[in-house]
Order: sequence, then structure tokens, then C-alpha cells
Amino acid sequence: MEFTGLLSAVVFLPLAGAVVIALVLRKYSHARLFAAAVAIVDFILAIVAFAVYDTNAGGIQLVDRLSNWIPGLGDDGFAVQYLLGIDGLSAPLVLLTGLLGLVAVLASWHIKLRVREYFIWLLALQTGVMGVFTSLDFLLFFLFWELELIPMFFLIAIWGSDPKSKREYSAMKFLIFTILGSAFMLVGILVLFFSTGTFDMTVLPDAIRGANLLLPAGVVFSLLFVGFAVKLPLWPLHTWLPDAHTDAPTAGSVILAGVLLKMGGYGMFRVSVSMFPDVAQDAAWLFAAAGVINVIYGAIVVMRQTDLKRLIAFSSVSHMGFVMIGLASVVGVNGTVSTLGLTGAAMQMFTHGTITGLLFLLVGMVYDKAHTRYIPDLGGLAKRMPFLAIALLVAGLASLGLPGTSGFVAELLIFLGAFKMWAIPTAIAAFGVVLAAAYILWTIQRVMFGPIKDRFADITDVSGIQYVPIALLVIAIIAVGVFPTFISDVFSSGVEPIANSLEQVAQARLR
Amino acid sequence: MPEVAAWLILFLPLASFALISLVIRPIRGAESQTAAYVTIMAIGLTFALSIWALVSTVSAHGESHYPVHTWISAGEFEFAVGILMDPLTAIMLVVVSGVSLMVQIYSVGYMHGDSGYARYFAYMSLFTSAMLGLILANNLIQMFVFWELVGLGSYLLIGFWFDRPAAAAAAKKAFIITRFADFGFLLGILFLFFNGDAFAAQGLNVFVVTDIYKGVELGLLTIGVAQWVALGIFAGAMGKSAQFPLHTWLPDAMEGPTPVSALIHAATMVAAGVFLVARFFPVFELSLVAMNTVAIIGGITAIFAASMGLVMNDIKRVLAYSTVSQLGYMMLALGTGAYGAAIFHLFTHAFFKALLFLGSGSVNHATGTFDMRYMGGLRTAMPWTYITFIIGSLSLAGIVPLAGFWSKDEILTHAFNRGVNGDTISMVVFLLALIAAFMTAFYMFRAVFMTFHGNFKGGAERDPDAHAEHPVHLEESPKSMTLPLIILAVPAIVAGFLANSIFDLGVIPGHWMSHFLDYIPSVHVETAVFSVGIAALSSVVALLGMGMAYLMYIRRVISPEDMPNALRPVHTLLYRKYFMDELYETVVVRHVFYSGICYALDWVDKSIVDKIVNFCGWLGANTGTAIRQVQTGQMQAYGMGISVGILIIFAIFLFLG
Repeated sequence: MEFTGLLSAVVFLPLAGAVVIALVLRKYSHARLFAAAVAIVDFILAIVAFAVYDTNAGGIQLVDRLSNWIPGLGDDGFAVQYLLGIDGLSAPLVLLTGLLGLVAVLASWHIKLRVREYFIWLLALQTGVMGVFTSLDFLLFFLFWELELIPMFFLIAIWGSDPKSKREYSAMKFLIFTILGSAFMLVGILVLFFSTGTFDMTVLPDAIRGANLLLPAGVVFSLLFVGFAVKLPLWPLHTWLPDAHTDAPTAGSVILAGVLLKMGGYGMFRVSVSMFPDVAQDAAWLFAAAGVINVIYGAIVVMRQTDLKRLIAFSSVSHMGFVMIGLASVVGVNGTVSTLGLTGAAMQMFTHGTITGLLFLLVGMVYDKAHTRYIPDLGGLAKRMPFLAIALLVAGLASLGLPGTSGFVAELLIFLGAFKMWAIPTAIAAFGVVLAAAYILWTIQRVMFGPIKDRFADITDVSGIQYVPIALLVIAIIAVGVFPTFISDVFSSGVEPIANSLEQVAQARLR
Repeated sequence: MPEVAAWLILFLPLASFALISLVIRPIRGAESQTAAYVTIMAIGLTFALSIWALVSTVSAHGESHYPVHTWISAGEFEFAVGILMDPLTAIMLVVVSGVSLMVQIYSVGYMHGDSGYARYFAYMSLFTSAMLGLILANNLIQMFVFWELVGLGSYLLIGFWFDRPAAAAAAKKAFIITRFADFGFLLGILFLFFNGDAFAAQGLNVFVVTDIYKGVELGLLTIGVAQWVALGIFAGAMGKSAQFPLHTWLPDAMEGPTPVSALIHAATMVAAGVFLVARFFPVFELSLVAMNTVAIIGGITAIFAASMGLVMNDIKRVLAYSTVSQLGYMMLALGTGAYGAAIFHLFTHAFFKALLFLGSGSVNHATGTFDMRYMGGLRTAMPWTYITFIIGSLSLAGIVPLAGFWSKDEILTHAFNRGVNGDTISMVVFLLALIAAFMTAFYMFRAVFMTFHGNFKGGAERDPDAHAEHPVHLEESPKSMTLPLIILAVPAIVAGFLANSIFDLGVIPGHWMSHFLDYIPSVHVETAVFSVGIAALSSVVALLGMGMAYLMYIRRVISPEDMPNALRPVHTLLYRKYFMDELYETVVVRHVFYSGICYALDWVDKSIVDKIVNFCGWLGANTGTAIRQVQTGQMQAYGMGISVGILIIFAIFLFLG
């Protein structure tokens, strides 16, 4: 039995914090401070986990395993393990979740309604997401996947934007979409279990290859894929996203866009591509097509949005499309599968998390101060809030992929990686970068530039603790943009084994 | 020179940017003078290092080797950054850092009292750093990185007065148009990478400039590949260098502070496109299609922009169109194979155009306006500005022996010689360039006469569009502004004669620049043979243009008021910039794109995709409601249902046997 304990701490510390707030802390100011402390410690633990992960050794590390967590029922051994671990793919995502978890708590400092309850849900959410990225037992993975829904549902339905009917509609839409997706996923998981006799995600790729699946591999792949596609989200399953992001409280939007969407992309890497390399290669054209549609469709729909949060929500649809373009490189050329596009896709998940997290954070601040998100009512704010304007400009430039920010590195790797197999789709998707420049700069111009409107004459810039989350994300964006290897090397080591197994399949096909 | 020194060229201004934005501005305030001194010191040192780079490159005959450093890696793919120090780099470094230094000194006075003083110098440092980074880059991706950062610098500086709607709009327009062009650049990079296996087989890196040169020599690039790569790179160059039909952002960019226009939109950034084409010249040379495209686009741009310059009333816009036109000259030179002439013209143009822009800023400082209709008679009040502006104008018009004459003459001679030898396109662009030369002389002296001669017409007090904050007081600008004018006037006179003389000048050998550039491997720079005929022809043409301006604006033999009326349709077409802004902004962007495509897709998203999804939900809910009717809670009904069910199953088994 291996048990390092670090990852278990990373995952369950927030939940323990939530319990403490529920049972012990009665004053809301104490609850808030305690939540911040928990988030800081969890972020530090995530940094430690990321830092001690040895990329040279590779593979799964920091394993926490209780092999008889749920003992087997009868002889068929329906035993569920408690198995946590990270590899190069999940380590940066754990880091990202830790970072955005802290940002989310700090962004909630002004919450006045049912404060204790709010932070309980926010911390519970953190546990759910961390669990998804670290669990390597499929049933455990599924439990965490579902666990994350409940807190998010309440965060949107209770603390979301007015009117009540709208936020409840959005929360319900988010819930139904995800549950529908995970229903398919559960069937897929069970089929895999009954075909191979294991939930262990580390042995499943090999087990599936040798096993006689109860359903055709393509069907199992599709069942699982739907769950991930809703989360990413892929067109036309994206319609929950603009509503949920728009109506969520600021911290909710940050976590939704920053890490929940990445669960979809992560699932595609960890499950769809790793366990079904054969099917994934057949479906690569679908990845490319879906990516192009997401990128271009999302970017064009963004142009018409007049609600600032909705606008950024649609930009997420567009940007997550790049992940699919990168994933489409699984097909390889002439029997060689490069890690370039896959690393790029993974990088895109990380960078999109920081960039869109920052965008939602800033837009939330603009809303809190200006009391409107309706773009035509805004204007000229830079004069009164220069810091916020500069931060929004940094986030916007990163979002449009300016070199020096993390957005550029991810997009460049994706384009270089995918162009060899998917020249035309990649070229079309690359045009999304031009559209991004158009909608981002146009938005910034309408919100920040020009003469300031009279009713904003007394509006104030960010102050106090608000600097901290902004600074954290700006530093993350620029640091990864200037020194990409500290993230990309880790991702690269994580996708290397995936690329190798894909390459074996590709070479078998050549013969 | 040592590697550290080479990197410092780029990092000194970058450090100045970081220092101003993170330390000086927060601590010393938004109007801190320290920001200006830090910037000037950093760029001054950079200029000194650039001179060192030039000297060491000359003595090394263009050879230099610097190590590379890994920046991104993904599996076997590794991407490294490094420095390429060759004659082209060295010349560009001196031009950029030299002009930048003059502009920063000038800005101390010009920007005095602006509430964004520190921010201005921070942006200027950032821009200079990006531009130097572009020049120093040893590979395509590194160039792309700095290329985009140069665009960022331009965006920030055009929109410097962001509370003015016109400035904010111009900044956005510049960025989006150049981004659109960079899409072509990116595709060129991807296409080169796509065909990079042959390079890898030879142990070459397909992105590294010197490896590309070697690859071209080894024949690793087919003509087809070279063509698309070259056209992609040229697309990017067209955006930055404001070539037709992507030129529309440059005149609008004049909304930025005037020193910005001088540095970015005259001397350096817009020349980046020319530099880029020159950098990959061996690739262009492989493809006749690419070369001809460059030549034709350059030729059209040269005459097209000059024609609009004829009628503009805003002195900065005259200069802006003049810049576009001169960049067209450089492009057509490259397209006709005159590598040396193109870089030579870039070199001389940088000095006299920066001089002219700074001169227009000096005029603005006194009058508060840029509209030449409200100027006039400034030559007595502003003698230094006047003299230096005349020098710049003569140089631009191509009057012997000023700098512009020599470089323009080389371009013309080269195109003419190729044309005479049967190359039709060269002949066509030669004629275009010659007509443009006439226009250049005319609009420059139209500007000189309207601004400095005749009587003063009131300046900002009469101009309804002026942003002037002070009452108009006609006097020479402060020394910090006139000194850079005087310093820049020197190369505007002698740079052509000294740098690329047609005969030996003691220590400086004849055709020095051409020979120096010839050290670049794979680039063969012909030394143009001076042709008295062409020189005489171009001089006559320039004098005719100046003479016509004289007749119209001094002697008033032809009335400048009646002429537009007589040629109303032509004048309107030129004054409205061939209606291209309307075509792009109103027709394409507003109607076709925003109200068409975007509206349609947004409607599809809201009314179809989302409706279908909600319909599925509605269907689920209502099916539930319908089925719920069956669950009445009456035991008899359930018993009845069970009985009927059993009977049916029984019947089925019975029939199927």
C-alpha cells in the first residue's frame, strides 16, 4: 500500500475547511478569513505537489492508494480503490485549480448574503475539482465529477445575478446538461468495468486492448465522450455555458471557466485518447471539425454580445475549440505522432484557465462598481480606473494570443502540431486569432476608452485585497508567456506516453 | 561583440519600460521627469551599443556566431532563441536606436505637461525594445514574437490619448488590420514548418534564418513552397508597412502624439515590413510570382498613396501618405531585385522622414493645429524648424545631393535597367515610381508653402478641430525640440552621399553599404551603376513638381481654390481616400460582417440551437406530466393494468410458441 498523503491533503483540505466553517465558525468575517487561509494552504500544497513531481522520472507519482476502499461484493470483486496520483498531465491542472481556488475566495470578499454558506459551497467545489484531476480510479473520478455539480448549482442559484428566475434557470440548465452528460459517462464506465474487471485508470488502457468489450469500442468511446463534450463544451452542447457563466457570481464564473471546462478537456486526454487510441484516431477528423466550429462560431457570436460576461463566456467557447484542434493531432503523419499538438492543447487548457479567470474577475469588478454589464452603457472607465483598465488590457491581449503572454505559446504549439495533418482546418482556426483581436479590442475600446460618462464620475479603481487576485493571475499569465517551459515541460512529459501509444497504433495501421 | 552586449541592446529599453511602469510611475507620479531621463539613458546606451555592433560587424566582414537558448520544448520539438548579427541587423540597429534617441530627446519638450508623461516614456521604451528585438532575432518565430510586440507598442501609442474616441478607434484599427495581415505571416510560418522535413534531414532548423539561407542554397525549398512561404511573409509585411490595400490604418495612426508618428509610423515600425522581406529575400528570389507581387504592390502603393497626399490639408496626413508611398518605393525595389537600393532608401528615409514629422510637431507646438489651412508664414517665427523642414523636404523630393536623391535614384536606375532589358514589370513600376516622384515633390512643397510662407492664418484659434490647450503664440520650439531637428538634418543631407557613395571618399569606400550588405550569405547585392540620364530625369521631374507647387501656392498663377473645383470628382475621390475606409468599415465590417454574418449566427445560436435544447427539456418535462396521469393511486387501476399486461405477454408467448 502506497500512501504519500499529499494529494489527499490537497483534495480534502477544502472540504475539511468547509466542515469547520459549518460546525465551528459562527461569524461571517471569521468564515471568510478561514476560507482564505484554507485556500492559501491548499494553493501552497498544490505548488508543492507540482514542484515535487519529477518530470524526468515521469509516470504517476505521489500515489495515495487504499486498495480495498469499498470491499468487493461477492466473488466478482466489485472492489473500488481509493487511488489518487498525478502525472505530467494533471500536475499543472492541480496547480491551476489551487491558484484559481485562492483567486475565487479573494474575489468573494464583498459577498454579504449568507456568507458562511457561500464559502462552504465554494470550498466543497474546490474538493470536487481537485478530486477529478487527481483520482485514478474511474468510480472515484466519477464521484468527484458529480460532487462538483452540487456546490456550483447552489452558487449560481443563490448568489447569481438578478433576476431570481433567470439565475435559477441558468443553474438548472447547467445541472441538467452536466447530469445528462454524466449519465452517458456512467454507462461507459460500467461497460468498461464489466468488460475488464477494473476501475483502475492506470491499468485500463492495457486492459481494454486485451479485453472483449461488451459494446463496440466506438460506442463506449462515444458514451464517455459525450460527458466530456458537454463540459468542454463542444458545439452544439455549449448553450448552458453562456447562461451559467453570465449568471454565476464572479467567483463562480472564474471557477467555471477556469477549471470546470478543463475537466472536459482533461477527460478527453485521460480517457478518450489514452484508453481508446484507435477510436480517437478514427475520430480525429471529428475533433478537427468540432474545433473549427467552436473557434469560428464562438468568435462570431461573441461579436454580437452586449452583456460583458456573456461576451467573455462565448470567447471561452471559441478558445476551448483550440484544445480540440490540438487533440486532432492524435492521428499523426506517416506513423509518427508528435507531442507538439497535444502539449499545445494541454497548455491551452492551463492558459485559458488563467486568462479567462482574470477576464471574469475583472468584469465582475467592473459590474460591482458600475452596476451594469450592458456594454453600450459603459465607456471611458480607464480615466477613473487605470489599474483595472491595464489589467483588462493584459488579460485581453493574452486572450488574443499576444506573444509574451501564455496565450501565444499554447496557440503556437497547437498550430504547429496540427497543421501537418489538418492544414485547412488549422488555417481556418488560426483565423480565429484575428477575430479574437477584433472582439477583444473592440470591447476594451467600448468599455474603457473614449470620454468617461457622467454617471461614472465618482467610480473608483480597485483597492485593498482586490489587487491580490489580479496580480496573481497577471503574474501567472506573463510568467508562463515568458518562461513557458516550466509548465510545458511537465505537460510534455505527461502527453509523451499518450503519444507513444498512439504512435504504436498508427504504425500498426501502416503495416 | 560579446553576446551579453548584443542582448543588452534589446534589454536596456525593456528594463527602462519595467522600471518606469513598476517603480517610477507608482512612486514618482504620472508626470515624473525621471521617466524621460531613464528612457533617454537606456536608449542612449543602446545607441552606443548599436554603433559598436555596426563597427564589429564591419570588421568581422558580416560574420558572427552566437549561441542559442531553449525557450519552448515539447517532446523532440525544441525551439531556441538567439541573435543574428549580420550587416542588415547592424544597419537597422543604428537606424532604429539613433532615430529613437532623437525622438525621446524631442519628446521631453513636446510631451511636457501631459498627464500621461511617464506612461508615454514607458510605452516608447517598450516599443523600441520590441523593434530592436525584431531586428536581432535569429529565427522566424522569434521575429514573429517581436513583430507582434511591435504591433502592441504601436497600439498603445496610437491610443495614447485613449479618452479621445478617434485615437481609441485608430489604435484598434491599426492593430486589427496588421493582425489580419499577420494571419498570412502565420500561415507562411506554418507552411514552411510543414515542409521542414528536408531541412531536418540536413541537420538544419527550418526556422533559423541562416539555416533557411543554407537550405535555399542546397535547393531544399521547391519553387512552389518558396512561393507560398514568401507570399505569406509578404502579407505580414504589407500590414506593417501599410501597403495597398492594407494601408488605411496608417493615416489614422496620426491620432497618436507626433513624436510617435515620427518614430513608429515613419522611421521604424513601418519599415519593419521592408526589413522582413529583405530578411527572407533569398526565399523571395526563388519565386518569380512572389517577386513580381512585391514589385507590383510596391509600385501601386507608391503612386496610390502619393496621389492622396496631394490633397490632404492635415500636415501629418500628408507626411503619412508620403510614408506609405516611400515604403512602396522600397518594396518595389525589393521586388525588382534591388536589395541594396531598398535598404539604402530605408536608411535615408528614416532620417529625413523622422525629421519632417518632428518638424510638423514643432509647428503644431506653436500653432496648436495640424491643419495647414490655418498655418502660413511661420518661417520668420520658427527659423530652425523652417530650415530643417526645407532640408527634409528637399531630401524627400530627391534633390541632388541630399540623402533622398541617392537612394531614390538607385531604385529608379535599377528598375529602369531591368525594364530596358525586357522585364515589363520593372518598366511599369519604374514609370509608376517616376510619376510618384513628381507627386512627392509637389505635395512636399505644397506643405512647405502652406505652412511656412504667406501670412499666418490663426492656428488653433481658427481651427474648430484642434485640441489646443494653450493660446496660440508663435515662437520657436524649445531647444530640446530643435536640437533633434538639427541633428537629424545632418544625415538627411549627407547620409546618402556618405553611406553609399558612387565613388570612393577617402576612408569610406564607394558603394560602402552595398558592399557591406553583400557580406550576407545568399544575398547578392548589385552595386548600381550611376546613370546620369536617370539622375537628370528624376531631378527634372522633382523640380517640375516643386515648380508647380510654387506656381500654385506662392505665385498663385493657378489658384489652389479653383483647381479642386475644376477637377471636382478627382479631388473628391482623392480627398475621400478612394472611399476605401467606407468600403472596409461601412460595407465589409459593418454591413456584411457585423449585421450579416454575426447577426445570422447569433440568431441561429439563440433561436435554433438553444431552442432545440430547451425543447428537449420541455419534451422531457411534459412527457413526465403526461405519464403521470396514469399514476392515479387507485389500486384497481394498477391491478387492471398488471392483468392486461400479463395477458398480453402470455398472448405473445402463445403465438410465438
